[in-house]
Amino acid sequence: MTKKDFLPDRPFHLSELKPGQAAYISRIEAPNDTTLRLLEMGLIEDAYVEVMHEAPFGRDPIAVRVRGCLLGLRRQEAAYILVRKAADS
Amino acid sequence: MSSATAVSYSPSIALVGSPNSGKTSLFNALTGSRQKVGNYTGVTVERKEGILHSPSGRSVKILDLPGTYSLDANTLDEAVTRDVLLCRNLHEKSPDLILAVADATNLERHLSLVLELKSLGLPCILVLNMMDLAKRRGFKMDLEILSRELGMPVYPVVAVRKEGCRDLLGEIEKFFFSGSPPRLDVQPQASDEILNPTRESLQARFKEVDRILRLAHLSRLDPALWTDRIDRIVLHPVWGSLLLVLVLSLLFQGIFNFASYPMDWIEGGVGAIANYLQQWIPAGFVRDFIVQGVVAGVGSVVVFLPQIMLLFFFILILEDSGYMARAAFLMDRQMSRVGLHGRAFIPLLSSFACAIPGIMATRTIENRRDRMITILISPLMACSARIPVYTLLISAFIPNRPIWGPFRLQGLVMLGLYALGLFVALAIAWILKKLMFKGPRPPFLLELPTYKWPSLRNILIGMWERARIFLRRAGTVILFASVAIWFLSSFPKAPADFPKDESPITYSVAGRIGKFIEPAIKPIGFDWRIGVGLVTGVVAREVIVGTLATVYSVENKGEEIRQHDLAKILQNNWSLATGLSLLVFFVFAMQCLSTLAVVRRETNSWAWPGFMLAYMTGLAYGASFITYHLALRWS
Repeated sequence: MTKKDFLPDRPFHLSELKPGQAAYISRIEAPNDTTLRLLEMGLIEDAYVEVMHEAPFGRDPIAVRVRGCLLGLRRQEAAYILVRKAADS
Repeated sequence: MSSATAVSYSPSIALVGSPNSGKTSLFNALTGSRQKVGNYTGVTVERKEGILHSPSGRSVKILDLPGTYSLDANTLDEAVTRDVLLCRNLHEKSPDLILAVADATNLERHLSLVLELKSLGLPCILVLNMMDLAKRRGFKMDLEILSRELGMPVYPVVAVRKEGCRDLLGEIEKFFFSGSPPRLDVQPQASDEILNPTRESLQARFKEVDRILRLAHLSRLDPALWTDRIDRIVLHPVWGSLLLVLVLSLLFQGIFNFASYPMDWIEGGVGAIANYLQQWIPAGFVRDFIVQGVVAGVGSVVVFLPQIMLLFFFILILEDSGYMARAAFLMDRQMSRVGLHGRAFIPLLSSFACAIPGIMATRTIENRRDRMITILISPLMACSARIPVYTLLISAFIPNRPIWGPFRLQGLVMLGLYALGLFVALAIAWILKKLMFKGPRPPFLLELPTYKWPSLRNILIGMWERARIFLRRAGTVILFASVAIWFLSSFPKAPADFPKDESPITYSVAGRIGKFIEPAIKPIGFDWRIGVGLVTGVVAREVIVGTLATVYSVENKGEEIRQHDLAKILQNNWSLATGLSLLVFFVFAMQCLSTLAVVRRETNSWAWPGFMLAYMTGLAYGASFITYHLALRWS
């Protein structure tokens, strides 16, 4: 059983993913400024995003790979990002 | 455009790119200019200018603009870039040509900015940088299709090795001086649209990037294996934190231990110069002035050059390799607890070298509140100007007992002073957040760049830059202060009937100033000599070392004083409580005119530097008072 099997079928938040898990971005539901910042960094809809690392204290922030780039963001921001389960890849 | 008109106007190029696109390396490669290159987001804080020479020897002005992810300026850095490109500075015309720099290994993200630049309607050349790294990861692409789709020439380069720069310069030459600039088939977008992007426009831009990359057959790059492997340790919850602590402690132990040899050589050299002058200049005013004022004063400060260069050596390696961003990532949680951004870690770490570049680096912090708090606590980081003072006082008052392994008591006390400054700074940040800057926590987004071998050339250039800045300070401000202090402490000369048991310096102007403020500093264990040093130390912290050297040198009737001897003298003249009190005073006191000037410039107000001076002085006095009285009780 792989880690991916634990992911729910309903949309969930990027902040719920554990290192090694990946998903597709469905939608960003954040205040406008934050939304634009996230989009600029390549966190766009339908982008494939994989959680790579967690920082030591409170497992926050997290590092995700998106569009070939490693990006650190806090769980608070990651919680704005709705994702859907990635098919096996 | 005829060649006659081409000569009469000054052509200009703007270098634009995302952070970590190697823009500054390209700037160095094209202009041969000396400046710092870093691997950390936003290291290029200020606009830099250089002159580029085309193959036929004609010159073009080139601007290195701060790295930006988009023209929707979120940070001050990005605002600088946007304002130049949109011609918002009244005194400046817009550039004739944009060199858009993109990391070839990161086109999926970097091309988005290129598309945005294209929509400005200015002529544009795309420079694909880091082609060597890209090729190693299996980069394949039809650059002709890319060029056609973007509507701009594309040049692959390896900026750090100047590969491909000749062709690029040829294209620039053709653009400016051939009479037929490349035609651009773009409609300038209304700048409103660029400044106010929407969810939809950003989304569409990335879709366009994907379309172009697909058309140009961009191959799938192999993952950056080493970066992943290294990050598995560096960003590991346990190993990563331990590594960070280890890196920082090695840094400080290294500075303290390795630097001692070159410091001995410099001391020896300064001593030799003083002896030489002592022999060859006839005794009298001129000799005293040169040997005791100039040589003793400047020599006692220049001796700390090796430590400063070592510190920058470490900082530049951390920056260039990509570790600095990881440190910010690891520290963010702790920093955010006191209301700071993970990014504040870099300005604060830089402030350990000097608060001035640190405060300037806060421009990469987008939120004003975070930025102001970072600026206000930056001078509490133990800057390199404190090293002379710490070293002197530690060697005078702390025995160099071995504690454990390579760690000795002196090194640990040094580390402790750094830690004291840091922790009090964090406490102050927390208080400021609660009292002065309330509001929601701003977003944290930080690119963790691919690891790279630091370029030795870049590091040496960076160290040389720091050395030059320090020596220039030693040669101007500190020389001036040393000479002024020598005058103040030599004149007026004590009359012949001056009591023998009292030092003649008490009669001089400096002695009188020191005596005048002595009642105010007596409660913290300082005598008038330290008072003189505090007054002169307002110019710059390290000046107090020169002042004490001068004061005691004068008192010792012309003997040139070396670092080691000065420590001995302090040991014999001061109590332990006074020594410790002064150490603590220097952890907190705001004694640097240059820092105040920079804060004034960066905050555009005198209120902030005023507040900074007030709170730090209060803190220093209070902490010294406590230290002095505790030390008196326990010793």
